[in-house]
Amino acid sequence: MTAPPGVAGAILVVCAQILVAGIGGPLLLGLMRKTRSRLEGRVGPPVRQPLLDVRKLLAKQRIRPQCGSWLFAAGPLVLISTSVVVAGTAPLLTTRPPLGQSTDFFGVVFVLLLGSVFLALAALDTGTPFGGMGASRATTIGALTEPALLVAVLALSIPAHTSNLPALVREGLSDPQVIASPGRILALAAFVVVVLAESGRLPVDNPSTHLELTMIHEAMVLEHSGPDLALVTVGESMRLALLLGLLVNLSVPWGMATGSGMASLVVGTVALVAKVALAGIAIATFEVFTAKLRLFRLPELLAGAFVLALLGVVTALVSR
Amino acid sequence: MSQSGYVAMLDLGAGVVLVCAVVTLWRRSLAAIVRALALQGVALGGVALFLGLRQHDGALVVVSLVVVGEKGAAIPAVLMRVVPRGPTSRELSPLVNVPASLVAAGALTLLAFAVSGPVVALVPTTTGRLVPLGLATVLIGVLAMAVRKKAVSQIVGLLLVDNGIALVAFLATGGFPLVVELGASLDVLLVVVVLRVLGSEMRSRYGVLDLDELQELHD
Repeated sequence: MTAPPGVAGAILVVCAQILVAGIGGPLLLGLMRKTRSRLEGRVGPPVRQPLLDVRKLLAKQRIRPQCGSWLFAAGPLVLISTSVVVAGTAPLLTTRPPLGQSTDFFGVVFVLLLGSVFLALAALDTGTPFGGMGASRATTIGALTEPALLVAVLALSIPAHTSNLPALVREGLSDPQVIASPGRILALAAFVVVVLAESGRLPVDNPSTHLELTMIHEAMVLEHSGPDLALVTVGESMRLALLLGLLVNLSVPWGMATGSGMASLVVGTVALVAKVALAGIAIATFEVFTAKLRLFRLPELLAGAFVLALLGVVTALVSR
Repeated sequence: MSQSGYVAMLDLGAGVVLVCAVVTLWRRSLAAIVRALALQGVALGGVALFLGLRQHDGALVVVSLVVVGEKGAAIPAVLMRVVPRGPTSRELSPLVNVPASLVAAGALTLLAFAVSGPVVALVPTTTGRLVPLGLATVLIGVLAMAVRKKAVSQIVGLLLVDNGIALVAFLATGGFPLVVELGASLDVLLVVVVLRVLGSEMRSRYGVLDLDELQELHD
């Protein structure tokens, strides 16, 4: 059985990627909460709880602060749009996504950053001190993670002579020795720290608290309610799933669809879901044993990630 | 082993040596620093072992075993005995804070890369291109000695310098003669043992291992 050729097949693949990320993101969040609860000896909410929450929020009334401007409304919309754009173009299920020619790794980083910027602007917009505090912290962390992320991308693209994301994944699939090269290992190690920081997991931010002075992400989205909050939840969980998906596809690309057949697309979906679920369980397990880092200690962690990425660039240049 | 696999293993070993050097600047816990040093010793021995096997050089294989035994096991074990338990076993206030020293380590790596061009050009074999990693380890070791206050982290800095020099020697010349390597190893081991004695003496007198305590006269 083969997929319909041409435009129809391309649309099918793009829609499948967006659907998998959109439904898989909240489920990943639920899976991580469930893992954490089980390890702490609690039963925990069911894995599909975030999806149920989103359904409930979508049916609720939308309440926006009177003093907010268009930025407040734009924040969640831009966030979800950037996540959908990346989900449609990134190599998630197949190594040759239909729009893959234009999927530059630097471009993906900037599109994801656009969503974070608009979320921070929306938090600042209403003028509440709490949102402003969260936005200020999120921007600080973002300013520290972006250099590490960009240098890690550079380290990944030096051996491949391209920063095209599908090409990077294909290179790993065709030559496993590339994945085991020191430059790539260092860059991926830096990428792991960046993923933890970007998606607000421990030890950078505590995703399970609501009223704590040190929190970052939850403080930013406190003013959103109803469908807006649903969009933020889905957008953020999609972003976590996307970052983890890119990470696993760059480090263990096996199982991804390489052709255009329907069967290989199904295999690719199963492989991606399994790999991302394993990565999520691993992160949740790590979180059980970790305490949140003090805000002032964060630069140490992120500077470490930056230097790892820089060493990745150097070793990639040396071993060229 | 194929040529590309051999090159990949050498790349990996030299990379681990450099990353361990950076980790000693990154971590504050002295125990973690000593563990990183032990891993670095093992990686250094691995590089020598692969070179020896490749060149069918029996003496180099023996040297690699000596390196693993000394730098990967003996020295870290002696250092671990000096590391006290409890909150004093952390590098709490280095002279330069951790993010700044990490960025400095990155800059030193680039510097090593920039200045070692002539050396790389001198070495005819493919291993020569890894020389900058060894030089960077030496520079990071000097930095660690300059910015850290605890006696243990300073001696770790000295050992980083030693490991970096050894890495450069293995890669550039295919290793020292066995006698030279044995002599150097004994010297370093002697330094560590002296530190062990000095460390326990300092701890029994002042209760800490901060070298700043030695800057003024005590009763």
